[in-house]
Amino acid sequence: MRINRRTLIRTGGAAMAAGGIGGTVKAQSSGGNLPPHVPEWMQYQGQPYLNPAYGTPSPHEADVVRRSIAGFVTDTAVASWTPIHRLHGIITPNGLTFERHHGGVPEINPDEHRLIIHGLVDRPLIFTMEDLMRFPSVSELHFLECSGNSSTEFSEKSSRLSVQMSHGLLSCCEWTGVRLSTLLDEVGIKPESKWLLAEGADAAAMTRSIPIEKALDDAIIVYAQNGEALRPEQGYPVRLFLPGFEGNSNIKWLRRIEIGEQPWQTREETSKYTDLLPDGTARQFTFNMPIKSVVTFPNFEKSFTEKGFYEISGLAWSGNGKVAKVEVSVDGGSTWQEAQLQEPIISKCLTRFRLPFTWTGQPFEVQSRATDEHGDVQPARERLIDEVGRNALYHYNGIQGWKVAENAEVTNANA
Amino acid sequence: MQTHNMTMTMVAATTALLALTVAPAMAQDADGRFDIGSSATQEQIAGWDIDIHPDGTGLPEGSGTVAEGTEIYAYQCAHCHGEDPTEPVKGYPALAGGQGSLDTDKPVRTIGSYWPHATTIYDYVNRAMPFESPQSLAPDEVYAVTAYLLHVNDILPDDATLDAGSLAAVRMPNADGFHSDIWPANQADAD
Repeated sequence: MRINRRTLIRTGGAAMAAGGIGGTVKAQSSGGNLPPHVPEWMQYQGQPYLNPAYGTPSPHEADVVRRSIAGFVTDTAVASWTPIHRLHGIITPNGLTFERHHGGVPEINPDEHRLIIHGLVDRPLIFTMEDLMRFPSVSELHFLECSGNSSTEFSEKSSRLSVQMSHGLLSCCEWTGVRLSTLLDEVGIKPESKWLLAEGADAAAMTRSIPIEKALDDAIIVYAQNGEALRPEQGYPVRLFLPGFEGNSNIKWLRRIEIGEQPWQTREETSKYTDLLPDGTARQFTFNMPIKSVVTFPNFEKSFTEKGFYEISGLAWSGNGKVAKVEVSVDGGSTWQEAQLQEPIISKCLTRFRLPFTWTGQPFEVQSRATDEHGDVQPARERLIDEVGRNALYHYNGIQGWKVAENAEVTNANA
Repeated sequence: MQTHNMTMTMVAATTALLALTVAPAMAQDADGRFDIGSSATQEQIAGWDIDIHPDGTGLPEGSGTVAEGTEIYAYQCAHCHGEDPTEPVKGYPALAGGQGSLDTDKPVRTIGSYWPHATTIYDYVNRAMPFESPQSLAPDEVYAVTAYLLHVNDILPDDATLDAGSLAAVRMPNADGFHSDIWPANQADAD
């Protein structure tokens, strides 16, 4: 009898795993596992260990996944969005880190991968992955945000109903690698060096020009993410990481750095990733991601289930330093209350904010407004659009509102 | 006085001890280097150094005409970008047209209306196109496609030939359309 039941449950588990994304877990019983009954899962041995050897989330969390949109015309020049509304704290798990690829995810054998540094240097060098891992290493917590995150909110009516799809080109991890300045000391850059070109080993051979000041400041040549090797979609085996800079400049699958005097004017820093203004001119090399925040609870999937106490919660970040303050409005921006910030508050890293809240069952609109350590304040949507227009495409950081209906359903106030 | 001397001696001893513990850990040579990595040979660099500078540095020998580019476009590019590059295909970047649209509500960012440097076309086509087989075109073919794309944007005549010198000399209509002094200026503003 017991063996039969175990077999049955195991088969069910396998079926669920095979179902993958979107698979739902059927209740084993209705109320029979609740007090005063002895839960079913206490009455026999659980699953064995190493099951699997690399652990995966509970099947009950199968809907906490990256999502994308219909409308990409290729499978490889694409993006996927992090479910920021279902995460806690500030760390994004590696399997949920957002993706943006321009030529797919290359399948790189690390033994056959090389990083060449050349150009205005005394000694052009070529590094193996083993070489890179011998240098003194650093580990730092930083957010990574696509400069096109929330670009839909420039539109008069946003097409994005959920915070995952409006703000989810955003992740935050511990990044480990060697300081780029260490490698530049090794090659010996010439005094006239002003810019470098970073190039990826993907089918897009992605390239961006980066100011040498940033390279010598806090840039990291990263090979690990949240304690393990970079995921293939994050640049395995090695990527450039530029704390606070727009996502695209953090070149993945890094194979080459050339030192020069002028920017290269690559396609990704002219045709794309430039901010078009209403007068027809455009801002170029707008690297730093501006001060921004967003409420992640309540959200379109998880909201209030009854009247009473809840914690409104969200994320704040700045590419220019630390978050100093987050204010929350529960009346559509008329009045503001200061939220609690979770320590530690780290420069160019996500900061979790929380506000104790009692829901009375009435509809309302919740917003958040962040201020960074330099006094830069997240602008109202209208003010941002007044300044940069609706066609800038990149670096949208307007205050975001969410409407909570009487039935607790949450919708984008811009939609 | 005695106490002071003793303190100084202790500080000196501690410093010496620290120096002893720290020095071997640094393991850098006299120039402050770790001597990790190998010399990159000119051959290795040449095979990977595919970038083109806006002044034309990096452009290879070779040339291509608008007529040759028209043919290459038809069999290498048109299945995604459309037979007529002035008629954009939904989902793919528009390649031509849009001039005079940048300050309107519906700006069309194309090579002709937006791109500030012609060298970027060569660099991008060479490194990332055709989408299914990047880095497969020969220099003559990349020059030809570049000439064709400049022609359909009314920047080159239909009998034009492009090589390193003539490509670097092309002035794009929107060459002055960018504020490129943003960094590090915005960093200074922030601090």
